[in-house]
Amino acid sequence: MAEVTGTISYREAVAEGIAREMRRDPTVVCLGEDIGAAGGVFKTTQGLLEEFGPERVWDTPISEQAIVGAALGAAMTGIRPVAEIMFSDFLACCWDYLANEIPKVRYMSGGQVKVPLVIRTANGGGLGFGAQHSQAVENWALTIPGLKIAAPSTPADVIGLMAAAIRSDDPVIVFEHKGLFASRGPRPPEGHVVELGRAAVVREGRDVTVLALAATVPTALAAAERLAADHGVSAEVIDLRCLIPLDMTTVLESVARTSRLVTVEENPHQGGWGGTVVSLVVEEGFELLDAPVRRVASANVPLPFADVLENEVIPTVDRVVAAVRSVVDY
Amino acid sequence: MSQSAVREARVNEGAELLAMYERMAVIRRTEKAAYDLFLAGLVKGTTHLAAGHEAIAVGASAALRPDDHVFATYRGHHHTIARGGSPEACLAELMQKATGICKAKGGSMHLTYAEGGMLGSYAIVGAHLPMAVGAAWSARLLRTDRIAVAFFGDGATNIGAFHEALNLAQVWKLPVVFVCENNLYMEYTPIRSVTAVENPAYDRAPAYGMAAELIDGNDVITVRDTVARAAARARAGEGPTLIEARTYRHYGHSRTDPAKYRPAEEVEAWLKRDPLLIARSSLTALGVPEAEIDEADRRASELVEAAVRAAKEAPPPDLAEAFTDLWADGGAAWRK
Repeated sequence: MAEVTGTISYREAVAEGIAREMRRDPTVVCLGEDIGAAGGVFKTTQGLLEEFGPERVWDTPISEQAIVGAALGAAMTGIRPVAEIMFSDFLACCWDYLANEIPKVRYMSGGQVKVPLVIRTANGGGLGFGAQHSQAVENWALTIPGLKIAAPSTPADVIGLMAAAIRSDDPVIVFEHKGLFASRGPRPPEGHVVELGRAAVVREGRDVTVLALAATVPTALAAAERLAADHGVSAEVIDLRCLIPLDMTTVLESVARTSRLVTVEENPHQGGWGGTVVSLVVEEGFELLDAPVRRVASANVPLPFADVLENEVIPTVDRVVAAVRSVVDY
Repeated sequence: MSQSAVREARVNEGAELLAMYERMAVIRRTEKAAYDLFLAGLVKGTTHLAAGHEAIAVGASAALRPDDHVFATYRGHHHTIARGGSPEACLAELMQKATGICKAKGGSMHLTYAEGGMLGSYAIVGAHLPMAVGAAWSARLLRTDRIAVAFFGDGATNIGAFHEALNLAQVWKLPVVFVCENNLYMEYTPIRSVTAVENPAYDRAPAYGMAAELIDGNDVITVRDTVARAAARARAGEGPTLIEARTYRHYGHSRTDPAKYRPAEEVEAWLKRDPLLIARSSLTALGVPEAEIDEADRRASELVEAAVRAAKEAPPPDLAEAFTDLWADGGAAWRK
């Protein structure tokens, strides 16, 4: 069906993105819990075992340290592993590797080794999984120098960023958003690669720059629609796509045009990525601004279970519209 | 075997043991130099000296191929030198010099010598065991017959990564050898008092269905032969082996530790079992003349003395080095 319509779901794009790289490079190998025979708990690795066999698609025990540690050791010795951590919350179980080993082995050996490693993980809320399976934790990774961070919002970007991440000789954490798995978009052509660290202006506007990432991109776009229709506000929406490398050039150029900035982050307000981005805008572009910056981020509480409560906590279209109006009306 | 063949084997064994003895002597003198340089204020931070552990590194190295991969802990000077890292580059690293083995960006706890297959010293206890499993997995995937070895302390046997690594290695039947350097103290605390079994590594192997050996880690020949058996099993596709090698450190846990918690009679008994003394008496038993052994000692001393001189004379790192080697492109740029 996807071939006929020329579209693909975000979920299918994950497997497609990995498969395209596995076809072109025999050293690309996957490992993770339930990724093989089961096709992944989110069905994001469906078909990989069938196409590439058990020598390249490895089911692991529930051992996050062994998964990520083994992936690191393999990456240092000639393999390009794609390791899955089922829910991003579980990164905490192997955080030593993300904090102390993966980002540091190259630097602290004086460049003697390289780490062409991808860790992909299902991130974010919106599916009612409660506090330990719904967090948006991209800001955790942002605290560690030495990790590259991608978080695609569309199926085409899933494929393009996956290609760049797998081909990268540096470690890349790919945050796939659970709330986007069912969404569909154009299927990109073979060879589609999205350079790491290049933000996309996904809607042009004059009055305000709205920065978004992963699932907050459709939220920001919906808010921009309503702002245009109901309030006559022209919002420019930027999909950052990566947190490291961080494309401040695109951000500052946009703010230079709009003179107003709102960030839309699913990670908690405390320690969220918007804090870093806004600090750079203030340091380097203070005189571009005509209004205070506003950050729409998740509230500083664990993600509650009930839908109505979760909606109180995570960024919503209403909250983005209100934030944008407050800076436009300033 | 004919008498002449027996004689020849004895001569070869003597020559190999003498080479191992000399490498151990180099490590011992490097550790002593590190200790003295620390007291002289020329080594900063901390050091975890491996004096006493030499037989494990040198014996294992003798049983491995140059293209095998090894991973070590923050007590890793001996493994770096055993795999061919130079005492000069190691001491220069400790002394924060541009010529340091990690360009002065790693330090004592992170010595790495990738050219010799020594893929790093890791200072988070147990973290490198899964990494060695990964290197063994990589050897399988790339269809080489390389193996990987993880050296770790007794303290690592009570951390989760040890258990996750053993299970995965055995489930996937990977060519990896786990070598526990049991020096009886996790840091300051006796390992027995915090471990549910008597032999912290060896006694855990049955839970993973893994082959295991409990050996004297101070006898370099025993270590060499045991690791050789494990390596042969690994290369033959028969899976991992866990080796617990008993040993004793001659210094404290780290530079700030005088190790007063160790009973004097225990220290005395282990010093009599110094791996260099054991190797020396084995050499004598093999008929190697005393003068040849002394000559090996002299060469080791000269090498390390020259290393100390060169490291002292080396320049500090270029300040720009702080911003190299983060990414594969050589730089450290994080934004555009």
